[in-house]
Amino acid sequence: MKSSNLRRWSFIHTWTSLVCTLFLLLLALTGLPLIFHHEIDALLGDAPSFPTLAAGTPHLDLQQLVHAAQIHRPNDVVQYFGWDADEPNGVMTIMAATAGTEPNSSHTFMLDARTGQALEMPSANGGFMMLMLRLHVDMYAGLPGKLLLAFMGILFVLAIISGTVLYAPFMRRQPFATVRRHKSRRLRWLDLHNLIGVVTLTWALVVGVTGVVNACADLLIAAWRTDALNVLLEPYRDAPPLTERAPATRLLEIAESVAPGMAPDFIAFPGTRFSSEHHYAVFLKGATHLTSHLLTPVLIDASTLKITATLKRPWYMDVMGLSTPLHFGDYGGRPMQILWAVLDGLTVVVLASGVYLWWVRRRQ
Amino acid sequence: MSQKKSLLWLTFRMPLAIGIMTAIGLFSALLGDGRWDAMAWTGLAIPAVICVQALLRR
Repeated sequence: MKSSNLRRWSFIHTWTSLVCTLFLLLLALTGLPLIFHHEIDALLGDAPSFPTLAAGTPHLDLQQLVHAAQIHRPNDVVQYFGWDADEPNGVMTIMAATAGTEPNSSHTFMLDARTGQALEMPSANGGFMMLMLRLHVDMYAGLPGKLLLAFMGILFVLAIISGTVLYAPFMRRQPFATVRRHKSRRLRWLDLHNLIGVVTLTWALVVGVTGVVNACADLLIAAWRTDALNVLLEPYRDAPPLTERAPATRLLEIAESVAPGMAPDFIAFPGTRFSSEHHYAVFLKGATHLTSHLLTPVLIDASTLKITATLKRPWYMDVMGLSTPLHFGDYGGRPMQILWAVLDGLTVVVLASGVYLWWVRRRQ
Repeated sequence: MSQKKSLLWLTFRMPLAIGIMTAIGLFSALLGDGRWDAMAWTGLAIPAVICVQALLRR
């Protein structure tokens, strides 16, 4: 590489890294407990504990569950019901003062689908894990916070690319994985920075890019609403506001009748940002491992219970669906979580050694 | 192959191989459990072990 080129790449690497380092450190450190949030919840007693009932105890129907939720929080309305394969007897319930209330002001708890008993999930509404999550997702600054972190993610990706370009001129004279331990502290950390950086590159790129996608989720959902929903909702534009809502009882059967073999992921009640003022939206997920991350929404008229449409997924909603597991590392069991934590720690080493190398060089 | 090219290949062949193994690992656990998970653990363990070893060696 010509020396003018080298200087240019060096400049790009130094400044893209330095600008994003503090934010990346915050993300890496808050991300660490989040990898183990299920385990930490269980340890702190924050996970809902279901009473033992006879196996095969039948589930209440959805309208009965809506009723149970309403009794539990009489001043709120149900926004979402969600299902999780790990809790076959639970229905995650999200309620708020109005259907359109923004997610951070909602209240999340679990309903026992067999009895309608409400089981609190403290960590979903506040406390240490919520603090970690909010710092990780938007630094308590809403959409601007998310977009700032998305921008830092883009800088991180640029830092990785420029770092890879610089790897060649720095490392080509030595066999792979050589670390010059005894010459000077700076050389040792330069070699470690290069080695760990290049070896963890694929993981860091994937987690970085999927993090940017997740941070832009609000914008993607808004785009999807304009793209797909607005056309379908055209006939409802002048419809009077919904006063009487048909019961939720059969929503899942109705949705699954047009998408056989799919399983429910969540239901958005009328008026939320995943539905419309006049519709229940049932989001179904695929039955295979891969397609279980891809959602198909079925819009059901909330007064007639007729299906208005089964929405095609635009490509960016699929990208968003796959970005979640690839960012969280929660799709391959405990060993994967542990490896995710190790790789996260190694990223901290690369970030910190990068700052150290810049500092030492500057003082010379 | 020119000398310049072969030097680039020598420098990047190991990082490239590790990168491909990581990518296979990241993707395989999306496809299934059991064997697919084991493949993911192998793919992700390669970079993790190489780095931790380099850090700990004195």
